[in-house]
Amino acid sequence: MKEVLKDLDKAFENRIRLGIMSALVVNDYIDYTSLKELLDVTDGNLASHLKSLEKCGYVSYEKAFVDRKPNTNYTATEKGKEAFIKHIKAIEQLLQ
Amino acid sequence: MKEKYLEDIKEIKEIMNRSTRFISLSGLSGVSTGLIALAGLTAAYLIVFQKQNWLIEQAVSIDATNLFYLLLIAVVTLGLSIGSAIFFTTQKAIKQSQKVWDQQSKRLLVNLAIPLLTGGLLCLLLLFKGFIGFLPALTLVFYGLALINASKYTWPELRNLGLFEIILGLIAMQFIAYSLLLWALGFGVIQVIYGLIVQKKYK
Repeated sequence: MKEVLKDLDKAFENRIRLGIMSALVVNDYIDYTSLKELLDVTDGNLASHLKSLEKCGYVSYEKAFVDRKPNTNYTATEKGKEAFIKHIKAIEQLLQ
Repeated sequence: MKEKYLEDIKEIKEIMNRSTRFISLSGLSGVSTGLIALAGLTAAYLIVFQKQNWLIEQAVSIDATNLFYLLLIAVVTLGLSIGSAIFFTTQKAIKQSQKVWDQQSKRLLVNLAIPLLTGGLLCLLLLFKGFIGFLPALTLVFYGLALINASKYTWPELRNLGLFEIILGLIAMQFIAYSLLLWALGFGVIQVIYGLIVQKKYK
């Protein structure tokens, strides 16, 4: 039991962060606006959770311009994907 | 504790689904395009194909007037089908308060269009060379391939529908005499049945 709990990632305790990672692992990238609509969260909320995931090195982003409007695309890093899979496996084990 | 994680897993699955698939595609659009296809086929049969002898000839010659009618019917049928598909899908998206034009629907359309346009252009080239006997078979095959390609980005049922269309297309190629009938079955009947199934399931 203790072993399993160790695998649960603190970074994914929060629903929104879990949601961000869920969406990013199955897509090559998602832009900020689509992510906001998908998760139905406010700007401030999304930005702060993205920032904390960036700090863990789980998420990276790339700024670009589309039709002269700023557009930021977010991607899950390899480290982030591994952490997410480990987290889900831990949950599955807990539920068994 | 356990409930929280169960909720988490449920939400993860839902977000993964919603972020990769365009879920607003309406089953009714399948029904309407199927019915329109049957109407278009009836028109084409009465005007153009009734005079052709399908049992003997594989490369049936077609005169300029009939070619014009055939293309006109094709364009009208295609236009009505696309129009009705857009209409029903937009309605469903509004009801679900989802966006019609987003990353998912764009991805769906691009992946549907690649095999569909390839097949469409190939069929047009064959048509102008006079090979009208091949057209029902080839349109079925390419439509099937397009559906299979698109199924990754919307309801997974589309994959089976695509397989059906391909099988019918191959049979139509072997038995060209019956290919119009098989075309009616694939684009009309099966499409309507699938539309109804999906409509019921994803209500």
